[in-house]
Amino acid sequence: MTQSLTEEPSLLDRYEQRLARHLPGDVAYAAFRLQIERSEGLAVRAGVVEPPGNGFEAGVMITIWDGGGMGYAATSNLSDAGIVAALAEARGWAARTAGLAVLGAAPLAHPSGSFTSSVERPFASTTLAERIELLRAQEQRLRTDDRIVDSVASLYRTDIDTLLLTNGGGRVRQSFRNVYPNLRVTANTGANTQTRTYGGGAFCGQGGLEVLDRFGFGDAAPRLAEQAIELLEAPPCPTGTMDLLLAPDQMILQIHESIGHPLELDRILGDERNFAGTSFVRPEMFGTYRYGSELLNVTFDPTVAGQMASYAFDDDGTAATRTHLIRDGILECGLGGTISQARSGLAGVANSRACAWNRPPIDRMANLNVEPGTAGFTELVGSVERGVYLETNNSWSIDDSRNKFQFGCEYGRLIEDGELTTVVRNPGYRGISATFWRSLRGVGNADTWRVMGTPNCGKGEPNQVIWVGHAAPACLFGSVDVFGGR
Amino acid sequence: MAGTDLAGRVDDLVTWATGQLRGDEVLLAGFSGEEADFVRFNNGAVRQAGSVSQRAVELDLVEGARHARSSVQLTGDTDLDRARVAEELRILREQRAVLPEDPYLLYNRDGASSLRVGRNDLPGPDAAMAEVAHAARGRDLVGLYSAGTTYRGFASSLGQRNWYEASTFAFDWSFYLHHDKAAKNSYAGFSWSADEFERKVQWSARQLEVLGRPAAVRPPGAYRAYLAPAAMVELVDLLSWGGFGLKSHRTKQTPLLRMVTEGATLHPSVRISEDTAGGVAPNFQSEGFTKPDEVVLIDAGRYADWLVSPRSAREYDVPTNGASSWESPESLSVAAGALPADSVLDELGTGLYIGNLWYLNYSDRAACRTTGMTRFATFWVEGGEIVAPVEVLRFDDSLFHLLGDKLVGLTDRPEVILDTASYGSRSTGSYRLPGAVVEEMVFTL
Repeated sequence: MTQSLTEEPSLLDRYEQRLARHLPGDVAYAAFRLQIERSEGLAVRAGVVEPPGNGFEAGVMITIWDGGGMGYAATSNLSDAGIVAALAEARGWAARTAGLAVLGAAPLAHPSGSFTSSVERPFASTTLAERIELLRAQEQRLRTDDRIVDSVASLYRTDIDTLLLTNGGGRVRQSFRNVYPNLRVTANTGANTQTRTYGGGAFCGQGGLEVLDRFGFGDAAPRLAEQAIELLEAPPCPTGTMDLLLAPDQMILQIHESIGHPLELDRILGDERNFAGTSFVRPEMFGTYRYGSELLNVTFDPTVAGQMASYAFDDDGTAATRTHLIRDGILECGLGGTISQARSGLAGVANSRACAWNRPPIDRMANLNVEPGTAGFTELVGSVERGVYLETNNSWSIDDSRNKFQFGCEYGRLIEDGELTTVVRNPGYRGISATFWRSLRGVGNADTWRVMGTPNCGKGEPNQVIWVGHAAPACLFGSVDVFGGR
Repeated sequence: MAGTDLAGRVDDLVTWATGQLRGDEVLLAGFSGEEADFVRFNNGAVRQAGSVSQRAVELDLVEGARHARSSVQLTGDTDLDRARVAEELRILREQRAVLPEDPYLLYNRDGASSLRVGRNDLPGPDAAMAEVAHAARGRDLVGLYSAGTTYRGFASSLGQRNWYEASTFAFDWSFYLHHDKAAKNSYAGFSWSADEFERKVQWSARQLEVLGRPAAVRPPGAYRAYLAPAAMVELVDLLSWGGFGLKSHRTKQTPLLRMVTEGATLHPSVRISEDTAGGVAPNFQSEGFTKPDEVVLIDAGRYADWLVSPRSAREYDVPTNGASSWESPESLSVAAGALPADSVLDELGTGLYIGNLWYLNYSDRAACRTTGMTRFATFWVEGGEIVAPVEVLRFDDSLFHLLGDKLVGLTDRPEVILDTASYGSRSTGSYRLPGAVVEEMVFTL
């Protein structure tokens, strides 16, 4: 039985030797970025074990900067002939774009280093049968009531090994072990359908089986099933202006959409205007703009153990360090890699990332975190006279400048006179990024802070979906436009 | 089977893999591959340019009712690929041994082979870049040119072979004026016509002139609106997220739930179908089933049929209609209506001309209530004349209204829009749909 997905280092060694033979010395800059990925997807739905889905991907992207042009060629043909052909393709694109590129020369270094995800309990310590049994048991615990019409327990993991070689002697090897557990239970009566999930898929991270314990995967099913039924019988969320307390698994979406994307330098530079959009943030705002209340502190932090996008180097080979983006509410730094920094003249971070071997690196969120404050959860609730507490995102929409947003959640509870009271269904809220964060009036302490992430952040042309990390405490916002459904 | 060189190689690989099977094992193999060029532009200059060559096979190793799947990247080198496939078969065999029987396994045991190979009339990258450079002259152009050949195949150890090969290009771009004011357009197809491209460029240029007027700020409220075909794509795309699949229907997760439980309907003129014959996607799927030319999903505003994957067919004991596992349309068609497309501004009278919508989601899925933003060319119209561009607005409204009791009519000239998405690989999806005039559309922000 293949227990580990991590047989690839030996394969990586073999490919490294082959690739190194082809690194060109006659161009200004060349990078070979190899990625080998193994995945395993397991699911049990409504009592039925679905067929396991395994994945094996391997390919290299060759990037050439020379003569004022830049080009790449990505190929899954890792034979000598395939590498030679791709190298010629990349040279051709560099020549074709000479004098036409937004940046004529690579501002990139030739780094050396490595990174490996910390794994406490390797998946190899379990058998496939045991993993399936784990899911089967949890899925069964979701089916507690005749009104439950669908239920799924799933576990997806990827082992990703990357190698970056440059023609100036650079060599970076990184190994990532990503784990994505999830539970999903759907209940229905008549025209009312309610779904609860395990953090909306946000309870993922780097590591091994211990990732399942971080958010209590083994204990979550009965509570989620109970809440799905509870929501069927709950009144709609009220509509009106009120205080809003967001749980960490909704905060990550709020951070992602209305802080992360607007701060991406490639958006500010205009690269994404035809697809993912632009940004309301303009270059002159850095250093002075009040993004949020003085309680707001946001970091780019690739050093958080176990978080989805922890790494030592980005895919352009820039060393990654913790950086404050927003300090005490003031915007300090954007999310842009070395190339965007060179183009814009703005400070940035090491966040030039590619979702796979077949896509070029672009500015992405990595670990983007709201730092904890000082308030306990009870204190936050106690400070609200009339408001609502929301958990787990299920709807997200924001304009192309990342300003006017509307988000929905799976689960809500009213806050009345400092107490959590009635459960409400279909809760949502809307606002404008440029003013919303200034209404932040309470930030939860470290006890409320959770390290999470998402596998699905989409942008780029050609399109890319990548995994990112977000950590957040519970946060309280004043006077928000809240609404409900039917 | 006869076909291209790559089809022959895939045939050889699966034939070889069939020889490695044991006992009563059955192998299903779905192939995907592409040779693609991508040139990304910003401010009329090249941001990134390159090519991607990739191929992969998805193996489903079956014995009785037990099976496991694996997707394997291929190199194109015969020996390397055989070694990879052999290793995956070993892993799948080991996994299968500990799996229970799959009650929902269904694959085609007597499917017909097929071959569909389109001509490659694509322009070379130099010619395409020259055309784009010409269009960009004096303008702030941002977007993506993509082109190449897409391959899909299915092969089984039972002898079935299906092969699809299409060479297409897509140039998806915007001319920007300032901030978020831009004219969005796309040109996609099988062979490049300089005249056709120039017509599209000029159309966008004319939009820019109007976008240069001072923008109107419309307060939240309900407005009469025209939704251009590109905006309609966004609405029906969202509806495709669970709206047409049998599984979402039976598990009560369809956004059209009220159609089932409360007798709600869309407008009688609304007819939506999976129009495989009219699209560009392959007509076979990963379990070897062939898609019918058309599956009518909504007829006269009511449910007609669902997309049924083989798995759902087994689970709910109905025949499959060759749907993919995610049961969403790939060649979606909305039937034309009676409103003359050339006079939609007159029909609109006073209201919003919405060229594009953006970032849609459900605000109350069970009620089919949706939200999203206006984007790109959206104008305020008075007396049938465009007055000014409009600052972006958020709508929040039910599709039971927009395509139901508030729908004035659909235009008589549907547009074919090729999906330019490129997640993982270039899409083969497409849309054929008209514009729509709605009596009232609710905006909240």
